[in-house]
Amino acid sequence: MLLVSWSAFVLAPQLQLGGAKQVPVLNSTEVYPHTRPGEANQGLQVYRANGCAACHTEQVQQDGVACDVVLASAGKNPDAVSNLLATLTLRGLSQEAAQAVSDKITAAGGKVETHIVAVGPDIARGWGLRHSVAEDFLYDNLVQFGSLRIGPDLAGVGSRLPDANWQLLHLYAPQSVVKGSLMPPFRYLFTTRKIGAAPSPDALNLPKEFAPADGYEVVPKPEAKELVAYLLNLHADVPLYDAPFTPVVVAKP
Amino acid sequence: MTVNDKLDNKFGGASVPASQLDSSFAPPVDASCRVPLLVLFGGAALWLVVSSLLALAASLTFHMPDKFGDCSWGTYGHLQPAADDALLYGFCIPAGLGVALWIFARLGRTPLRGALVPVVAAHLWHLGVLVGLVGIFVGDSTGFAWLEFPRGGSALLFFAYLLIGLWALMNFSGRPAGAMFPSHWFLVAALFLFPWIYSTANILIVGWPVRGVVQAVIAWWFGNNLIFLWTSLVGLGAAFYFLPKFSGRPLQTYFYALFAFWTLFFFGSLRGVPSGAPVPAWLPTLGNLNSMLLIVPVIVIAIIGWKTVVGAAGPEGKDSSYSMIRFGFVAFVLSALLQVAMSCPQFARLTQFTWFGVAQTQLQLYGFFAITMFGAIHYILPRAVGIEFAFPKLIRVQQGCAMLGLIILVASLAAGGVAQGLKLNDPNVAFADSSKAMLMFLRASTTGLLLLLLASLLFALNIFAMIMAWHWSLVRAVFAAVVAPLPKTEVKA
Repeated sequence: MLLVSWSAFVLAPQLQLGGAKQVPVLNSTEVYPHTRPGEANQGLQVYRANGCAACHTEQVQQDGVACDVVLASAGKNPDAVSNLLATLTLRGLSQEAAQAVSDKITAAGGKVETHIVAVGPDIARGWGLRHSVAEDFLYDNLVQFGSLRIGPDLAGVGSRLPDANWQLLHLYAPQSVVKGSLMPPFRYLFTTRKIGAAPSPDALNLPKEFAPADGYEVVPKPEAKELVAYLLNLHADVPLYDAPFTPVVVAKP
Repeated sequence: MTVNDKLDNKFGGASVPASQLDSSFAPPVDASCRVPLLVLFGGAALWLVVSSLLALAASLTFHMPDKFGDCSWGTYGHLQPAADDALLYGFCIPAGLGVALWIFARLGRTPLRGALVPVVAAHLWHLGVLVGLVGIFVGDSTGFAWLEFPRGGSALLFFAYLLIGLWALMNFSGRPAGAMFPSHWFLVAALFLFPWIYSTANILIVGWPVRGVVQAVIAWWFGNNLIFLWTSLVGLGAAFYFLPKFSGRPLQTYFYALFAFWTLFFFGSLRGVPSGAPVPAWLPTLGNLNSMLLIVPVIVIAIIGWKTVVGAAGPEGKDSSYSMIRFGFVAFVLSALLQVAMSCPQFARLTQFTWFGVAQTQLQLYGFFAITMFGAIHYILPRAVGIEFAFPKLIRVQQGCAMLGLIILVASLAAGGVAQGLKLNDPNVAFADSSKAMLMFLRASTTGLLLLLLASLLFALNIFAMIMAWHWSLVRAVFAAVVAPLPKTEVKA
């Protein structure tokens, strides 16, 4: 009995995933994932040591996929196409519906692209572009899935909030950047010291109510910088075979 | 011969030869377990208080998040895992081991030999818990839920468990031929289960880590096997011993128990990976299937409890051990039903990543297991030590605080979890609102934790008073031996 459950939940996953390799990114010659830089890897250890996973998950969920129909060019008869577009639903369609819509637009002379998008509350909140998959964690020697969302999911926080200074401010005084945040401040990852000959370039630019006394500055300890490097490195945002979506290329106006 | 000893003959030893049916075995058997039990239960009581304090402190961080930012050990990420582990490893496992040791000795009518080894091992165990908790606070946690203790602490725990388990099994194998009861199956299975899952998890996650998400799969498998299966086996093993003893009616029935045992073990061990996890889909699917099938043993176990207890004469007067063990039994059925519910896709979707899961774990660990252990320890310890509790009236108060606190804690977290889940699943609600929706429920849960702290303190008070009384009786015995007049035969003329 013990052997059955061990084989199913220890041996079998190891046989299936223990030799996993990088996988190709959809519609591209790139492979995924890449190892995290050293500082980010150390940051993962800071994340572990401080028990961040007690409040944050790193697993975006999705309910499924849907199709968005995007107009690529209006063709020779833009008025007819735009009149037609006004009557159609273009987002969140099933494959058949998307096909029907694009047929109509094509018949009117427009050119369309069909984009695959992930759907679900996590995706709608902007926590990620697709659900998390095993590949995202291939090179992490410590997988911090977490199980409770006291704070938001962090699987894609590097894409969502890519500003290192914002992250440092948020660690030092969460309420200074997110009003009413429940997150405890991590002031012990910073040093408050007298300003020397010149202010440190690392010193935090804090709002008044959170700033130290005059003549003092708050500088991050190495742990804080590593943690931020790790957070910024969290971006599971490429389409894969088991988690497809169409990357949105920002159109130039 | 007390009522309980009579019952012991009737139900504990139903298949023991008639010549052995007397109660004279009980006092020497109880006395042989005395010192190991005092060490196991004494340490457990201490860690229970520590755990309650830590859980309360962790809960307070939500009400004043700004106050805890200047030292690393004051953050929720340190306090909460430490509180959880102090409850599980500090209280639940040593209490369960002590109760198992005693039940083996009682059912097998065999005094525990070489009690020094479990005494040393129990000290090692508590030392391991101390090392592990300090490890969490200095940032040496492994980062996996229920497995946070760094390797020094977990190695100590592993060897201490092996020693105690070995002694329990030696005592078990020394029982008279044919003396095999339902409690035996559950407890023996649990004795084997822990070293197996604990070594696997520590070797493959901490020692020589496997790659990527397999770590998380093993951690989930371990967590479920320990939190759900191990506690269920030990708690039910104890309940199946005590319920017939108190109700005065044999376990209803042997075959139901046999069926429940195998189905619980099979379905209970093959699960743990939550749905939606970023792992191959067959893992959560297999886990959910088995969670759903848990309904089979749960129904059978509920029937066993019902038929054994309801309508039976019961002990004379109110017995708090009996009420606690019955309460624990009901909590088990509820907790297992919640597990079944959480395996249904719709409900899983609603409750995942919310406090609902925490509520279920608390119901299992505290509502079922810890309260069953309170009842068992309150029954066992006075018999093993031969001294009554110093504050017997406080046992009722302790019982009330534990039950009420637990109900408040679990109900508020479960209701809050559903409220939180509804908001999390609605993308039009800002995430911050889902956290804020929890605040009211978290305040209620803090009240529950306060009551649980009171219950822990009262429990520890009685246990520590008993340990003091026992030490004092030793001192008195030695003193009496020293000052006693010499027998006439030894007096030389």
